[in-house]
Amino acid sequence: MITLNINGHPHPVDLPEDTPLLWALRDALGMTGTKYGCGVALCGACTVHVDGAPARACITTLATVAGKHITTIEGVDADPVGRKVQQAWVANNVPQCGYCQAGQIMSATALLRHNPHPDDQAIDTAMSGNICRCGTYGRIRSAIHQAAGMQEPQS
Amino acid sequence: MMPRDPLQQALDGTAGGAPAQPARRGFLQEVAALGGLVLAAGLPGVAAADDEPKKYGADGMPHGWVDSPLVYVAITPDGTVAIVCHRSEMGQGVRTGLPMIVADELDADWKHVRVVQAPGDEERYGNQDTDGSRSTRHWFMPMRRCGAAARMMLESAAAARWGVPVSEVQARLHKVVHVRSGRTLSYGALAKAAAALPVPARDTLRLKTPDQFRYIGKGKTTLVDAQDIVHGRASYGYDTRLPGQLYAVMARPPVYGGKLRSHDASAALKVPGVLKVVTIDGMPAPPVFHPLGGVAVIATNTWAAIQGRKALVLDWEGGPNADYDSAAFRASLEQSARAAGPVVRQDGDYAAAAAGAARTLSAEYYIPHLAHASMEPPAAVARIKDGKCEVWGCFQSPQAARDNVAKRLELAPADVTVHVTLLGGGFGRKSKPDFGVEAALLSRAMDGRPVKVSWTRDDDLQHDYLHTVSVERLEAAVNEHGLPVGWLHRTVAPTILSTFNPTAEQEFPVELGMGVINVPFAIPAVRIENPPAKAHTRIGWFRSVSNIPHAFAVQSFVNELAVAAGRDAKDYLLDVIGPARKVSPELLSDHWNHGESPERYPVDTGRLRAVIERVASEAGWGRKLPPGHGLGIAAHYSFVTYVATIVEVAVDSKGVLSIPRVDIAVDCGAVINPDRVRSQMEGAAVMGIGAATLGEITFREGRVEQDNFHNYQVTRIEGAPRQTHVHIIGGDYADPLGGVGEPGVPPILPALCNAIFAATGKRIRSLPIRDQLAT
Repeated sequence: MITLNINGHPHPVDLPEDTPLLWALRDALGMTGTKYGCGVALCGACTVHVDGAPARACITTLATVAGKHITTIEGVDADPVGRKVQQAWVANNVPQCGYCQAGQIMSATALLRHNPHPDDQAIDTAMSGNICRCGTYGRIRSAIHQAAGMQEPQS
Repeated sequence: MMPRDPLQQALDGTAGGAPAQPARRGFLQEVAALGGLVLAAGLPGVAAADDEPKKYGADGMPHGWVDSPLVYVAITPDGTVAIVCHRSEMGQGVRTGLPMIVADELDADWKHVRVVQAPGDEERYGNQDTDGSRSTRHWFMPMRRCGAAARMMLESAAAARWGVPVSEVQARLHKVVHVRSGRTLSYGALAKAAAALPVPARDTLRLKTPDQFRYIGKGKTTLVDAQDIVHGRASYGYDTRLPGQLYAVMARPPVYGGKLRSHDASAALKVPGVLKVVTIDGMPAPPVFHPLGGVAVIATNTWAAIQGRKALVLDWEGGPNADYDSAAFRASLEQSARAAGPVVRQDGDYAAAAAGAARTLSAEYYIPHLAHASMEPPAAVARIKDGKCEVWGCFQSPQAARDNVAKRLELAPADVTVHVTLLGGGFGRKSKPDFGVEAALLSRAMDGRPVKVSWTRDDDLQHDYLHTVSVERLEAAVNEHGLPVGWLHRTVAPTILSTFNPTAEQEFPVELGMGVINVPFAIPAVRIENPPAKAHTRIGWFRSVSNIPHAFAVQSFVNELAVAAGRDAKDYLLDVIGPARKVSPELLSDHWNHGESPERYPVDTGRLRAVIERVASEAGWGRKLPPGHGLGIAAHYSFVTYVATIVEVAVDSKGVLSIPRVDIAVDCGAVINPDRVRSQMEGAAVMGIGAATLGEITFREGRVEQDNFHNYQVTRIEGAPRQTHVHIIGGDYADPLGGVGEPGVPPILPALCNAIFAATGKRIRSLPIRDQLAT
């Protein structure tokens, strides 16, 4: 039994410790906001934060995250930066199908925490690992710029 | 998204994303139990008798349309207006767009609208096949009538309550007002009484005039699923969870048509969490929507199933397609394109035109197989209880899922319920419900327990219903001004029809009507030929379908002719199209016309010219550009919509391509949700750029060589245009509408390659571009 700290709460999980975090979240804990897209860290759909840094849950084993602070899309609104990003995403009508957007929001939030005012180049570099097949990239850039310029949102 | 909504639960028999009830208990009873207005039995769809004249548009679709508020609208006493969306949401915005039309005519307050997703039931809802860029153009009027009828029922109920003539009352934003006295009654308060009234006859409906529209055409409506998406609550096929659910992945024949010779599951069964290994039989060709068959590993979670699959020892027999090789096949297509083939359109005498011409030019274009690669791979959950099967999944055509599951399980369709989740992209792949049938068979193998089948990314790329592979050969006879007087186009590509008919080797009218025969150029001698090509894999429809290779070839070739003539590409394109006129598709040998009436939907060269003029003016065609930059233009008519596109490229000294700007002018007639028209065009630009620059599926020894995003690349953020400007022409709401989801893609590829030529002098005739520009 491994206990995961997810969005500030302990979650015991009875899975082998080489199981990727993605499947523990989705299948064992029912937290399906974190998406499967490729299974090998090529698409970013499963992006979560581990101790504040973006990580691909599909290749992150339970053994490596036990005892660390995991944030998923379901909990990112506890972070003021995450909340700004979510608001900017809605204001810009970013999503089309929406499937990749959890991963996009997690990557964007990590970017803005690290670099509060990124230029397009910095955005492209930080977001290059997140594929959107619907092609919402232009609005993703706009939303990140908007979130960067936003006042702290009222929750 | 949906499962949290009690109205959706009523329809689904679900609760909190974990469906707890055995079957759909029925919208009517449940919503009635909530105490609301509602009205039951739907009108039947328009049934076409054999001796009736040909039907077009929504009339011509299976199960036609339904416009009854009894089917589509429910109002509860608290004033919540529930509107059913019966088409599948895959990013095009239909769960916002169609309900918005109903809400507008109903004069409902969008804040109090809930969208409820219909299960697959075309007898009740009309056609649900979310494909062909048809949802809005076919359903605009039925949804308006639906909303108007509900509004009039509320007005009648209010007039009766007050004892005043109905002419004195008016629905205004979720209330009915007695104009003279200023009294008001809320929709919620009127719901029950309204429910008891008859639905007004269609010819008595008072539709709004466009100046009264509150939402239609305004672009101020928030996406209904936006909050759920950004909070990770939106539920896709991959996210479905039922109590007691098991998780399966499958090993399928690596070569289409191959069979399992033997397998050894002993190691797989030792993987912790693996419960059972079962085989599913494939079916003989044609593929239709049958599962491919193979070996399924069923486990307590997806990861265990994936590990179990790795441990299987499998021996496959290759079968009839074991020699399929993309390089050899391309050579065979090219050979076919260089000899005469069956003629599918002929105007005048091409041979005579060529003999008398100042010059003839020719070129060949190649586009490989493309995979849909929606970010959510196919996934479905099924369970069987008391002889009834329920399926949840990301289906573009839930009725097809229902019919195919029923057939394979030997159940009546009425005993199969198909719940539609959100789709994490579709692009045509999810029209084929093979994965739903797999889930149903696996549930049956587990005595009816809920089983989810998840396709991994390698499954998705290796077992897709691929976009065809094609060689397009064009030849033009030009006069002394460099203008074409003769046009010969040979199109050679395995047909989608082969998925349904194993002997089909020629493009069928649907493919030919996608920009090869219905090209409305002012050229006296036109000859279009379609030599045969055999399919060796499952060929499917991919967003924009055959318009992609056809538009790439035609619009690249016109650009080549312009260059040869020393003319401006835009002016030359307009000259080739000729003067503004309305051309009957029948005259172009197009008897399909996207399923639309040839009278209501002629090919209007005036509209095609207008989008070209508009995009040229908006993009600053002819403007001075920095070194290494170039502008390219292309225009294409598809899904009864006119699109012209200008791409600006920059190619650096190493041959690295970037795209500073894309301009798209679109005439799809009147616009319902302008923001979603824009977003579809923005997305089309990215998908078109991906297909042009990166996308390619290849076969070797019958097997797909690509298995993930490292070798099947798609556009990432740095490859997307820096700016995309969408210019909407707009139109009259009384006129026929055009499609939006697909028509943006086809012109992107030739506009991009024409821009590359302008920037570098290098002509791209074979896609993908990949490193062809490297110096």
